[in-house]
Amino acid sequence: MIISAVSTIVFAVLIWALVVNTPGWSRVQQSFFDPETFVSAIPRVAAGFLVNLRVLLFAAVGVLALSLVLAMLRTLRGPIFFPIRALVAGYTDLFRGLPLIIVLYLVGFGIPGLRLTTERIPFETLGTIALVLTYSAYVSEVWRAGIEAVHPSQTLAARSLGLSHGKTLRLVVLPQAFRKVTPALMNDFIAMQKDVGLISVLGAVDAVRAAQIETSKFANFTPYVVAGLLFVLLALPTIRLADWYSARLRAREQVGPLL
Amino acid sequence: MTAQQPGDTILRLDNIHKSFGDREVLRGISLDVHAHEVVALIGASGSGKSTLLRTINQLERVDDGQVWLRDLDISDPRTKIDVIRARIGVVFQQFNLFPHLSVLDNVTLASRHVLGVSKDAARSRGLELLDRIGLADHAGSYPERLSGGQQQRAAIARAIATNPELLLLDEITSALDPELVGEVLDLVRQLKADGTTIVMATHEMAFARDVADRIVFLDDGVIAEQGTPTQLFTAPQTERARTFLARFTG
Repeated sequence: MIISAVSTIVFAVLIWALVVNTPGWSRVQQSFFDPETFVSAIPRVAAGFLVNLRVLLFAAVGVLALSLVLAMLRTLRGPIFFPIRALVAGYTDLFRGLPLIIVLYLVGFGIPGLRLTTERIPFETLGTIALVLTYSAYVSEVWRAGIEAVHPSQTLAARSLGLSHGKTLRLVVLPQAFRKVTPALMNDFIAMQKDVGLISVLGAVDAVRAAQIETSKFANFTPYVVAGLLFVLLALPTIRLADWYSARLRAREQVGPLL
Repeated sequence: MTAQQPGDTILRLDNIHKSFGDREVLRGISLDVHAHEVVALIGASGSGKSTLLRTINQLERVDDGQVWLRDLDISDPRTKIDVIRARIGVVFQQFNLFPHLSVLDNVTLASRHVLGVSKDAARSRGLELLDRIGLADHAGSYPERLSGGQQQRAAIARAIATNPELLLLDEITSALDPELVGEVLDLVRQLKADGTTIVMATHEMAFARDVADRIVFLDDGVIAEQGTPTQLFTAPQTERARTFLARFTG
């Protein structure tokens, strides 16, 4: 306990001394960690961050729904469903390969180009759609792995009781799959928390975009640090939760079934 | 139990054929099971016992032949099989309890989601059932907390919770430690005493002899011989049955 505390302090001092003694440190400190700019940038960046939060919320719900549907379509058996399975497989391949930023451009500038509505579609909405498209491809694969990890005897038992294919999935397979893939789902959620910042490339005034505006106003990069800090603060609870849950799962597996 | 004339035919298998690939596992099996009858299927591993049980509740579709539950051809692809399956209880070798549900929820799942019984009604019937088989204390526990014998008894409770007309037991003691076999067999005896119609695949010859009304000896996908336990165990008529049984008495 004491040893680790001392070693941490010594280590931190060493790093600090190294950074502070670099030739350009004073200038970097001025342009990235200026207290005055920090405080005055907070309101606008925080307002922009609310946009990120909103997009994150809707995208998370959308991803959960779409990815589940995709995963279930892929578990359909029988030659008659081959086109559906092939289509879903193609979709997940495509969107796992495409960089998110390209999907953002395609959706952000392509969908409005279709002129489906007379009103302008908000960039927030377009950004949400792009995120849902990309992340559903990843998350549906996570679900599929979870569904396949549930032993077939569970399905057999459920069908023997008279449960239909759908009820077997909903009541028996998915709840067990969900437990198995929760850590992986949380990791994807953490990744998405950061990637909501990319919607700024469409022009939505989110935290990143607001920081950019503030940066040019003050001719100082500190607003980016403000935005970065907000993203970290948002991610920390989920990261801790994911770690805690994985550790608990591991502990349970090591104990094994109690007889 | 609904009132039944003794001698009512509950299950009729009519010339059942089933192949996996080019291996024919069931080669024309016909069998009638009457109300309150306990039929034990014996035979070597691979003789088709488990496959036969699975064709009865259509977990395996038959290639040829018919399966009749009372006066309904349930092997007809047009039959709505889900509700029929609730009329046939199945207990597996490996229990196959649902690990994410409590024992009580395991027991009430089919009543609620297949038969549409209300939550409260299913619950009180489930608790009553668990009480009768001595697992009332474990109603709220998850299966992993139970011993193997308790798990298998819970699985039996789950199988009979919908008041099935027929109960299929597939080697239900094979995965149990020897000291846990007794409690499960006692429960089967109790079910027989209650008048349950049972078809069971088993390796427990002493138990089959004790509890079954009829022994059916399967060999290479056909019924090689059948009769009362006394007939089959003391005076088997076929060479194949003699050879098979010699391994247990020898």
